[in-house]
Amino acid sequence: MIQLAIEIPYWGQSLLRVLGGLVAVLLPAGTIVYLFLFKMMSFMQSRLGPMEAGPYGSLQLVAEVGKWMQKEDLAPEAADKSIFKIAPLVVLVSTFLLVVVIPFGPDALFTDFEVGIFYGLAVASISVLGILIAGWASANKYSLLGGLRAAGQLIAYELPMVLAVVGVVIQAGSMNLQQIVVAQNTYEIFGLDWIGMPFVITQCVGFVIFMIAVQAELTQPPFDMPIAESELVSGYMTEYSGFRFLIFFIGEFATAGVFAFLASILFLGGWGIPFAWFGWTDLDSVDNWMNVVGPVIMLTKMMLLTGIIMWVRFSYPRFREDQLQTFAWKVLIPVSILNIAVTAILKVAV
Amino acid sequence: MPAKPKVPGLLKGLGVTMGTMFRTVKDGANTVQYPHVKETPPIRARGVIALHEENCTACMLCSRSCPDWCIYIEAHKQLAPPRRAGGKPRQVNHLDRFDIDYALCMYCGICVEVCPFDALFWSPEYEYSEPRIADLLHDKSKLGEWMETVPEAPELEAGAAKK
Repeated sequence: MIQLAIEIPYWGQSLLRVLGGLVAVLLPAGTIVYLFLFKMMSFMQSRLGPMEAGPYGSLQLVAEVGKWMQKEDLAPEAADKSIFKIAPLVVLVSTFLLVVVIPFGPDALFTDFEVGIFYGLAVASISVLGILIAGWASANKYSLLGGLRAAGQLIAYELPMVLAVVGVVIQAGSMNLQQIVVAQNTYEIFGLDWIGMPFVITQCVGFVIFMIAVQAELTQPPFDMPIAESELVSGYMTEYSGFRFLIFFIGEFATAGVFAFLASILFLGGWGIPFAWFGWTDLDSVDNWMNVVGPVIMLTKMMLLTGIIMWVRFSYPRFREDQLQTFAWKVLIPVSILNIAVTAILKVAV
Repeated sequence: MPAKPKVPGLLKGLGVTMGTMFRTVKDGANTVQYPHVKETPPIRARGVIALHEENCTACMLCSRSCPDWCIYIEAHKQLAPPRRAGGKPRQVNHLDRFDIDYALCMYCGICVEVCPFDALFWSPEYEYSEPRIADLLHDKSKLGEWMETVPEAPELEAGAAKK
């Protein structure tokens, strides 16, 4: 652990944490939107995407944010105004609450929480509330249908996600995300200590289930039934414009980034490199420079995973509502329960 | 039952998008960056309708056949000098107004088809958008200017009956 030369007062620490949280949420969101949504999607459709604002359109996002900020803050006549107005904030807040438990290095973390993953999955489902009240408060039947579909979908896919995480928790023997990272980098697989044991190898089924569930939690295609723009006119977002739409938009991609952080911690070894490389044995013996390298490693893994999420998003057409529910309840949940059983048996037996 | 594909369709789809991405990075996109680069429209593209005023007899066929009623014609009769010496002066229609409202036009081309005197032509020119909708009403001098952009009529096919 670091002993800093200067003592930072409590308010200073809090300020630093808030700034760090903003960076950890908004930096991935901006990068994802530019790199994947603007550029990768365009290239996959054989076009160039935004090219005018800044070199290669890199300032397009700034232009878009500026456009949204200056639009009128509209609310429908019959809407429940106060609820209608806080709904996007509720969605974004769940992202900020989620990033709080994610460790970016041995000391680079916001809070060291003993049941971090439990807390993380719990606050992640706050966004369902935001979406549901957005749909309900809009006083619009499309929004309501979209909100209800979103609620049904998010609840259905929350389960396989939690069950997939249980496998990791059993194997790591801890719910603390920091401990899960340490476990993956100190365990050995095939008797090779230089590779560590990223759980993506042993929990490959869980990883696939988790990524599918993340895709559905983010309501990204092919799971975009709730916002189906061709039939529901963007579902629960129909009545939102300007600044509040921007919050929904940031929330969508920031959550993608944060879930990718979570997936890289649970399955890809998080910020760590196999501890055997430098002769570290536990968390306290990790060198301080990992606090700088760790976030970079995390960011790389996050980009990789969001790249996959977006790649799938741009490739597949939308699920029908019944297919979507059937897939969650009849395929993902049984398979993930089986995965837990096998993991538990092997954990006890081996 | 169609034969099972060798590669599952889900993976194949991912392959198509990824392949297109690399092809776009390597060879460039299929699109062009419009205001900087312009594609030449095909020679028979329906861009704008041009009026060859001398041929128009104000017969009103185009105006009447227009589904959108976007062609406005006004004319008056006047006497023109006789064709041969000693003949009677001829009575001709003189065009006072020939407007096409491109805010209404749906580019069906019926007016061009129906014109019996070859007074209307398609031009591939397409850049005539206006900030004010009223400016989309092109009068006969403007429609006449478009004649410069009308491409030469293609040669008749061998053996085609000549008029």
